[in-house]
Amino acid sequence: MKPLSVFRVIDMKISTVGFLILLIFASFGHQALAQQPQPPAGGTPPQIEGFVPVDTLPPSEQLPAARLVIAAYAFVWLAVFGYVWSLWRRLAKVEGELQQLAKRAGANTR
Amino acid sequence: MFVPALVVTAGMFVIAPIFIALVRFEGTMGLVQKIFYFHFPPAILMLGSAIMSGVASAWFLAKRRPSADHLALAAAELTVLFGVITLVTGPLWARKAWGVWWQWDARLTMSLLLWMIFIAYLLLRKYGGPGSEILSAGLAVFGMANVPFIYVSVNVWRTIHPKTTVVPTLPVDMGGALWFSVAAFVLLYLMLLTARVRLEQQRAAVEQIYLQFEE
Repeated sequence: MKPLSVFRVIDMKISTVGFLILLIFASFGHQALAQQPQPPAGGTPPQIEGFVPVDTLPPSEQLPAARLVIAAYAFVWLAVFGYVWSLWRRLAKVEGELQQLAKRAGANTR
Repeated sequence: MFVPALVVTAGMFVIAPIFIALVRFEGTMGLVQKIFYFHFPPAILMLGSAIMSGVASAWFLAKRRPSADHLALAAAELTVLFGVITLVTGPLWARKAWGVWWQWDARLTMSLLLWMIFIAYLLLRKYGGPGSEILSAGLAVFGMANVPFIYVSVNVWRTIHPKTTVVPTLPVDMGGALWFSVAAFVLLYLMLLTARVRLEQQRAAVEQIYLQFEE
C-alpha cells in the first residue's frame, strides 16, 4: 500500500475540522432559531415588523406636508433671487468701474 | 434677446405652480411629492452645469482661451447655486417620505461631494491668487468626472433614493408638469449663465484697461 503524502494528510485533517465546525454551528444555529421570540397569534405587531402606515399615526406624530412643500418652494425662490441680486450688484459695480476708467482714459488722451 | 427670454421665463415660472397644483397627488407620499417638481430640475442642472464647467475647463487647459475660463467659472457658480437648491429641497421631501432628513447613501453623499468640489473651485478662484484659474480648471475636470457616478449610483448601489427609471415612467400629467418645470429652469439657467459670463467679461475688460494704464 502506497503511504499518504504529508499534504494529503493535512488536507484530510482540514476537511475533518471544517466538518466538525460546520456541525457545531448548525447545532447552535438551530438552538438560536428555537430561542427567538415567536410572533403572537393573529399576526406580527407593528412595532416588531418595523413599519406603521402613516395614516394610522396620531395627528401629533404626523408631519405637516404643506409646511415642507412651502419651505422647499420658498427656499428655491430665496436662493434664485439672492443670486440674481448678488449678480446684479456685482455687474453694477464692474460696469461703474468700467465707465470711470473710460472717462479717465478719455481725459488722458486729451 | 435677453429681455424677451426673461419675460418668457418669468411667465413659465408663473404658470408652473398652477400646473403642479393641478397634477394629481402621488399615491403613497401625497402632497409632499410636489417638491419633486422643484427638486428634479435643479438636480439635473447641477449635474449639467458641472459637466459644462468641466468641459470649458478642459478647453481652457488645452487652449488657454479666456472665454473658456469665463464660461467655466460661470458654470461652476451655477453648479453651487443649483446644488444648494437640490441639497435643501431633497431633505425637506425626504423628512416626510423617508422619515429622515438625510441618509449617507451613494447618491446623496456623492452629490454633496460634487457640491463641495465646486465650492472649493470658487474658493480657489477667490483666494488662490495668480495662476489659480489653472488649478481650479483641474479641479473642475475632476468634479465633472464625478457626474456619471452620481447618475448611475441609484441603479448600481443599494440606496433609498428612487432609481433613474422613475422619471421616464411617470404618468402623462405628472410628466408634463415635470418637463414644463425643467424647461423653465433650463431657461433660467441659460439667462443666469449669460449674465454671469458677461460679468466675467466686464471684469476682464477692467483688468485690461488697468494693464494699459500701467504700460
